[in-house]
Amino acid sequence: MTDTPIAIEVDCSTGIATERPLTADEIAARDAAAAQAEADAKAKAEADAAQAAQLAATNAKLMALGLTQADIDALLKAAKA
Amino acid sequence: MANPTLFQLATTTVGSGGASSVTFSSIPATYTDLVVKASIRTDSASNLTGLITLNGSSSSFSFRQLEGNGASVASYNGTTNATNTENGTGTTASTFSSFEFYFPNYTSANNKSFSIDSVTENNATTAYADLTANLWSNTAAITSIALAPGSTANFAQYSTFYLYGIKNS
Repeated sequence: MTDTPIAIEVDCSTGIATERPLTADEIAARDAAAAQAEADAKAKAEADAAQAAQLAATNAKLMALGLTQADIDALLKAAKA
Repeated sequence: MANPTLFQLATTTVGSGGASSVTFSSIPATYTDLVVKASIRTDSASNLTGLITLNGSSSSFSFRQLEGNGASVASYNGTTNATNTENGTGTTASTFSSFEFYFPNYTSANNKSFSIDSVTENNATTAYADLTANLWSNTAAITSIALAPGSTANFAQYSTFYLYGIKNS
């Protein structure tokens, strides 16, 4: 990859594809979008972790009630069916 | 009922230098729907979430997404112009994500809803399948569609992008 970001634009009225370096404004917008994407990815990872933690906690509660893992798996399978 | 017909409007393949974005501009208003099919890989070490811009706008977007990754499923929602998960360099070499963007009634005077259906490819346990319902709260006809890899990454060489118009008459 080159150091200078390249944008490709395809003009549908002509079919001509043009490659050009990004402008300073576009680079700034790109950096801002990158920061947003990083925040989105972090939120996504946190949501995944929270879901996994809730699942593990629920599993532990069921096992504390005397259910085996096989029992819990059977319940989950039935619930999904 | 009329038979819908698919017309190829434009294509591009990313060259050896990579590309930070791909834009389809001057999209004619003579079709009923638009479809973008893309084969995407980025030069990022991690799998990134892509970004979409319509008519140069990256605001007034919202989405709801369902995702499976080979081990679990999840749903997400947000108010950004994010798209779906793309193959990064951590995935099997020379593999690409498959994307389809569908824009129904892209010239209507209503807000524009569109969907994104994609999968990453990876010879490993983890690969992502995403299905996203998106809304661009803007009543303008769509005349340009720009896709970017997200972060400061580039689309990798041989990533391909195809724009089709669908006519119902």
